[in-house]
Amino acid sequence: MTRLRARYSACFALLAALLVLLGLWNLVSGSASVTAGQALGLLFSPPDGSTASSILWEMRLPRVLAAAILGGALSVSGFLLQTFFANPIAGPFVLGISSGAKLTVSLTMIFLLGRGLTAGSAALIAAAFAGAMISMGFILLLSRRLHRMSLLVVCGVMIGYICSAVTDFVVTFADDSNIVNLHNWSMGSFSGIYWDSVGVMAAVVGLALLLTFLLSKPMGAYQLGEVYARSMGVNVRRFRAELILLSSVLSACVTAFAGPVSFVGIAVPHLMKSLFRTARPILMIPACFLGGGAFCLLCDLIARTLFAPTELSISSVTAVFGAPVVLYMMAGRRAAER
Amino acid sequence: MEEFYLRTRDLSVGYGKKPLVEHVDLRVRRGEILTLIGPNGAGKTTVLRGIIRQLDALCGAVYLDGRAMADMTEGEIARRLSVLMTQRVRPELMTCADVAAAGRYPYTGRLGVLSQKDWDKVYEALELVHARDLAREDFTRLSDGQRQRVLLARALCQEPEVLVLDEPTSFLDIRHKLELLAILKDLARERRLAVVLSLHELDLAQKVSDLVACVHNGAIERFGPPEEIFTEEHIAQLYGAARGSYIPDFGCLELERPAGEPQVFVIGGAGRGIPVYRRLQRRGVPFAAGVLQENDLDFPVASALGVEVVSEIPFQPIGRAAFDRAAALIRICPKVLCPLDVFGPLNEKNRELAELARTEGRLSYDF
Repeated sequence: MTRLRARYSACFALLAALLVLLGLWNLVSGSASVTAGQALGLLFSPPDGSTASSILWEMRLPRVLAAAILGGALSVSGFLLQTFFANPIAGPFVLGISSGAKLTVSLTMIFLLGRGLTAGSAALIAAAFAGAMISMGFILLLSRRLHRMSLLVVCGVMIGYICSAVTDFVVTFADDSNIVNLHNWSMGSFSGIYWDSVGVMAAVVGLALLLTFLLSKPMGAYQLGEVYARSMGVNVRRFRAELILLSSVLSACVTAFAGPVSFVGIAVPHLMKSLFRTARPILMIPACFLGGGAFCLLCDLIARTLFAPTELSISSVTAVFGAPVVLYMMAGRRAAER
Repeated sequence: MEEFYLRTRDLSVGYGKKPLVEHVDLRVRRGEILTLIGPNGAGKTTVLRGIIRQLDALCGAVYLDGRAMADMTEGEIARRLSVLMTQRVRPELMTCADVAAAGRYPYTGRLGVLSQKDWDKVYEALELVHARDLAREDFTRLSDGQRQRVLLARALCQEPEVLVLDEPTSFLDIRHKLELLAILKDLARERRLAVVLSLHELDLAQKVSDLVACVHNGAIERFGPPEEIFTEEHIAQLYGAARGSYIPDFGCLELERPAGEPQVFVIGGAGRGIPVYRRLQRRGVPFAAGVLQENDLDFPVASALGVEVVSEIPFQPIGRAAFDRAAALIRICPKVLCPLDVFGPLNEKNRELAELARTEGRLSYDF
């Protein structure tokens, strides 16, 4: 028992350290050079109006926080879906949930921009949530007929393609202004996020995360299957609804601010399970949040700096790191099932 | 008389609106084992799922500890009743201790963190099912027998008063079947658990159960102690077993008897005839057997497999009538087998029959 506890503490410490380090690295790298010492100095003093200070406070810090919060939210959302489908290949991106959210968000943006309005954070989240729930509804309907996860993933990818195609279509024919921005967003990016958005996403993700954490007990029981969960006293119907709602809120929040971000939802929970060597929700929920944050900070760092000043879309980078993990897992599962 | 801890009253269960099994009236006290038997697809699992409230009752009710289960909360039920179902459990990265510990669910707080006392109970339960040494093993790597034991430990961690098990012995080899049923027996006797289970193995059901219920034709066809249930006619009717028969004395099944004129006459007794009868059955040779006292070990098997059995009433020396009938059969059959090498006062006539066969040139030692 004590040895396990020590192991878990060490893992959490490692994740926290990674998160902080990658955060700092993100703060100091970029076209305007700031040393680590300068950055720390600027962070622990109020904004002083210098260029360095405003770059740090107004551009880099919100982006770092957004990447950490949204990356964490995405991995937790993936973990919830994996628990729901009892399958580690489930995730908001492969099941088409992110793409559904992307479609409704771009429709909302274009509609509002066409009337000369800018979409507020709350409106974007609401739109993304609606889109996520629509995709989720499709997947749930399909899951009654298709009991094989691989087929369900194929359906999810199809839903994703349909939504992306419609999104591209409306973006192409939308009015010119702000379209560049929209186009960037629809590819997935943490750029252009400011403090007000960070506040909103912190509040939404924080609340959803707290509720998720409170669900960790029934989630643990549910990992043994529906029959046993029910026999141990879990109200399965309510629990499943809560799981779906929370996972949709989390992935919708990510899509609303950063567009679709691929594979984080599958890769990070898998990495965390391998690191902790357990799948206990009470450990995995915080671990996925920290790990997802660190993962997205790393990917965003690469997206920003690899071909600077050109920025890569975040999804291209997460796919490079995440997709191999998913492939490895699917191959491993086949071997285990045989 | 102790109260019935679990009882159903006019329970109907099924999928959708259509009842599959109706008018289920079962009663079981603490310390008793109730076994459901019946052919595949008769609805044993459905009845069990109705009892544990995983299927809504179409009508009727289930009472647990004197209260209707429909009025109890999930938690109240979970502290009194736990289950071991056939559903495949494939948890990721869980040790056996983790799986067993999941059973503490109804007793832990909001976040489900186990106290030292809870862990003690977990290890006690693992000890009880002889799985203490598996505690740190990965659950998915266990054999079927070990898996069932760990899942049983999980059920025990719920500290139930009723244990419901759906075909717990399927996929287990004989040793593990016996081991599991012995554990159940101990739990019923020592911990005063009421145990409700379904079994396919009639021999085991006959031995382990205090009460047996036969699920057949959409109802509980019979319900009572095993002595009343396990009769040859009833089991044959229950399973529609036209191509074989059930021997209640041995709790064993015999295959269909070869039909036709007897080709072989077997002079048996004291168990020596049984392997010969079975070999003839396998080869499809119709045979007659005799002369056997009705209390002879060979008699039930000979009756199940032989075309004709010449018998004598129990504890009596073989009489004239039986001898004459056997002699007549020996004259018809082309071949006579006599696996006996000792004769005594009661079967002296069998020696004469063997002599007769020898003089007729029909006695063969080729079994």
